[in-house]
Amino acid sequence: MTGDTKFTISSSPHIRDGETIDHIMWQVNLALAPAAIFAVCWFGLPALINMITGIVAAVAAEYLWQKAMGKPITAFDGSAFITGLLLAMSMSPLLPPYMVAIGSVIAIVVAKESMGGLGFNVFNPAHIGRAALMVSWPIAMTTWSSMQDFSGGVDAVTGATPLGILKLEGYEALVNTFGGQSAMYESLFLGTRNGSLGETSTVLLLLGGIYLIWRGYVNYLVPTLMIVTVAILTWVCGPSGLFTGDPLFHVMAGGLMLGAFFMATDMVTIPMTVKGQVIFAVGAGAITVLIRLVGGYPEGVCYSILLMNALTPLIDRVTKPRIFGSGEGK
Amino acid sequence: MFKSFLGGIHPHDGKDLAKDKAIEAMPPPEEVVIPLSQHIGAPCSPTVKVGDTVKRGQVIGTSEAFMHADIHASISGKVVKIDSLPHSGRITAPAIVIKNDGEDAWADGLPLSRNWESMDSEEILEAIRSAGIVGMGGATFPAHIKLKPQKQVDILIVNGAECEPYLTADYRLMLEEPERIVTGAQIMQKLLGVKTAYIGVEDNKPEAVTALQRAASDSHIEVVALPTKYPQGAEKMLIYALTGREVPTGGLPMDVGCVVQNAGTVAAIADAVEQGLPLTERITTVSGDAVQNPKNLRVRIGTRYRDVLDYCGGFAETPAKILAGGPMMGFAQYDLDVPVMKGSSGILALTKKLTEHGRERACIRCGRCVQGCPMGLIPSMLSILSERGDYTAARDDYGLMNCIECGSCTFVCPAKRNIVQYVRLAKGEIRAQMARDKAKAASKEAKK
Ligand code: SF4
Ligand code: SF4
Repeated sequence: MTGDTKFTISSSPHIRDGETIDHIMWQVNLALAPAAIFAVCWFGLPALINMITGIVAAVAAEYLWQKAMGKPITAFDGSAFITGLLLAMSMSPLLPPYMVAIGSVIAIVVAKESMGGLGFNVFNPAHIGRAALMVSWPIAMTTWSSMQDFSGGVDAVTGATPLGILKLEGYEALVNTFGGQSAMYESLFLGTRNGSLGETSTVLLLLGGIYLIWRGYVNYLVPTLMIVTVAILTWVCGPSGLFTGDPLFHVMAGGLMLGAFFMATDMVTIPMTVKGQVIFAVGAGAITVLIRLVGGYPEGVCYSILLMNALTPLIDRVTKPRIFGSGEGK
Repeated sequence: MFKSFLGGIHPHDGKDLAKDKAIEAMPPPEEVVIPLSQHIGAPCSPTVKVGDTVKRGQVIGTSEAFMHADIHASISGKVVKIDSLPHSGRITAPAIVIKNDGEDAWADGLPLSRNWESMDSEEILEAIRSAGIVGMGGATFPAHIKLKPQKQVDILIVNGAECEPYLTADYRLMLEEPERIVTGAQIMQKLLGVKTAYIGVEDNKPEAVTALQRAASDSHIEVVALPTKYPQGAEKMLIYALTGREVPTGGLPMDVGCVVQNAGTVAAIADAVEQGLPLTERITTVSGDAVQNPKNLRVRIGTRYRDVLDYCGGFAETPAKILAGGPMMGFAQYDLDVPVMKGSSGILALTKKLTEHGRERACIRCGRCVQGCPMGLIPSMLSILSERGDYTAARDDYGLMNCIECGSCTFVCPAKRNIVQYVRLAKGEIRAQMARDKAKAASKEAKK
C-alpha cells in the first residue's frame, strides 16, 4: 500500500547515467599503469620512488589545501593522483625525489587549487609542475640515466635521450648509437631507451591510449591528429631537404606518445567541441615540431601543450557548434 | 531519406517493466479531482457548483479565453467540492471534486455514431474543440488550436516515438488500437488538407511499427521506424528526423509546414469526431522500480495518484521520487493526492538507487554535454553563466532560449551538474527581466 511517504522534489531529469568524475580519473590512472609498471622494470627502484613521491605529494597537497580552505575534500577523486603520476612519468628517473615532491606541490597548489580546483585550471597541472622544475633545476631536469644495467646489449646510449643526441650530434650519430635503424625503432617501440621515466614505451602508452579511446574517455582524433601532424612535419622538414626526415623516429621518441595520449587529452584544459579539439591537436603537433627542429630544447611536447592550453578559451569561443534552427549555414 | 539529429543519448529505457502489460481499464474511483487547468493557456472557470449532479462527458469548466480547452466530468456523480487542490504541474490549483454515484452514466446522447468522411472541416474542428483535447504527450497544447494553423502546412506528423524511459502507454496504444490512430490521422489529414502524413516510431518498438503498418495499409500514411535515441520524440527533433526541416529558433512546427500530434492525442481525436466523446480518460503507464505491479492503465482523468498506485499493488520498495511523466522531463511530486490529468503520460515511482546521484561538482569540461545536446548548445556554459548570475550572456552568447530542457546534458554529466535547473533559473530570470522592462516602458508611455 502506498501509505504516507516523503518524496524528494527536484528538477528533471530524475535519472542520470553512472559516470562520475572519480570513475573517469581512475580509468585514466589505469590506462597509465602499463607504462608506469614498465618504467619500474626498466629504470628500477628510482622510478618507483619518484612515482610514489609524486602521487603522495600531489594528493597530500590537495588534501591539505582543501582542508585549510574549508572546501569539500576531493583529493581522492583520482585527479591529483594523475597529476602526481604524470609529473613523475614526464621527468628523468634520476631526479631527486624531493624535487618531484616540490613539482607536485606546485602543480596542485599553483596550477590547480589556487585557480579554483579541478575544472577551473587553464593549464595541465603536471605540465606547470614540470615547467617550474625546469626553470629551477635545469641541470637535474636534463640529467638522464644510463641504460647499461638493464639492456645488456645496448650500452651506447648513455646520459642522453635520443632526441638530445639528435639535437647535438645529428641523425647519423643517433642511428649509430643504437647500432642501426631497425634496432633503433625496436628500442623506441618497446621502450628500452633513455628518457623520462614513463615516456619510453611506445607500445604500452599506445595500449593505454587505445583503452581510453575504446572506453570513450578520449576522442581518438586528438592523439591521432597530434601524432600525424608531428609525423608529417618531421618528414617534410628533414635534415637534408624536403621529405628526408624520419617521422617514425619523431613519433616514438621523446614524450610525444605520453603527451598525445595523456596530456593533450586532459579534458579540463582542452577545447570542448570536436572542431576545437582538432585545432588543438594539430596546433600542439605543429608547435612540438617547431621546438624540436628549430627551438633550443630537444623536446617540445610539454611547452606545445601548455601553449595550446592557453589558447583553449579562444578556440572554444570560435568553434561553438551551430545552434539547431539558427539558420546559419547548415 | 530520413535524418538523424545531432547529439542525443541512450539512457537505460526501463521499458521492460511495463512493455508487455496489456492496457487494463482501471475501474472509476470513488472520487475524482478534476483540475480546471490541464492545458497551456487560460485556466477554466467552473460551470457547475457544489451539489450539482453531473454525468460523464458533461462540461464542468470552460473559459472565454481563446487559448483553453474545456474540462469535462470523467465520471457521473455529485460535485462535492471546488477548491484549490494539489496539482502535478503546480503546487496547488483550482479543481472540481466529483463523488462517484456508481452509475457511470454518459451525458445525454453520448456516445454518438458519426461517419467522419461525411463531416466537413468545421464540424470536425468543432468536434475536437468541444471534446477538450490537448496534447497528451505532456505538452497539453489545445489540439483544436494546433489544428487550425495560421500558416500553410503540408505535412502531418503523429508522434509515436515515446522516447522517455519507462513509458509504454503509447506503445501499447499503437500495438493494441492502431486503427484509432490511423483514423485520427486520416481525420487530421482531411482537416488540414495535407497529403503527406507520417507516424514516427522509435525502432525499439518493431511490433508497434508492424501493427500500425497493417492498420495503415489502405491509407496515405507512412509509418516510419526512427533510430532509438533520446530525445527522438521532442517535436523539433522528430520533425527534423522525418522531413529534414529545422524549426527556427523561437518558431513553431507550422513555420516549417508541419503539425505534430502525439499518438494518444490522435486516438482521442478519432473518438471525439466519430463518437462525440470528450476527453475523460487516457492511457497512462504506472511503472518504476518501486511499483509492485507496473501496468498500462486506461484511467479516468482526475483519479488520484494514490488510487492508481494502490490499484497497481502499491509500492514494492520505498520510493524516493514520484514522477508525473517520464524520468527525463517529468515533474517530481510531493503529494500522492495529485490527480491524473489529460497530459499524464505516466506515473513513476523510483527508488533512491535510481534517483540519487551524488554531490554536484564543478564542470570538468569533459564535453559530454556538448556532444549530447540535440540543439547544438554548450550546456556547460549555460550552467556556469547561470550559476554566476550572468543570464544575459547565457542568452546572447550561448543560445539559452533554444534549450528544450530535454535533460540529455544533465543525464550524462559526470560532475552531476544540475544543468537543466540552471537553465530554468536563467530563463525565468530573463523572462522576469523582460516583463519588468515592458512594464517600465509602458509606464513611461503612460506618463507622456
Ligand atoms: S536540456 Fe537544453 S542544453 Fe541540455 S541537452 Fe537538452 S537542449 Fe541541450
Ligand atoms: S558534462 Fe558536465 S562536466 Fe562535462 S562539460 Fe558538461 S557540464 Fe562540464
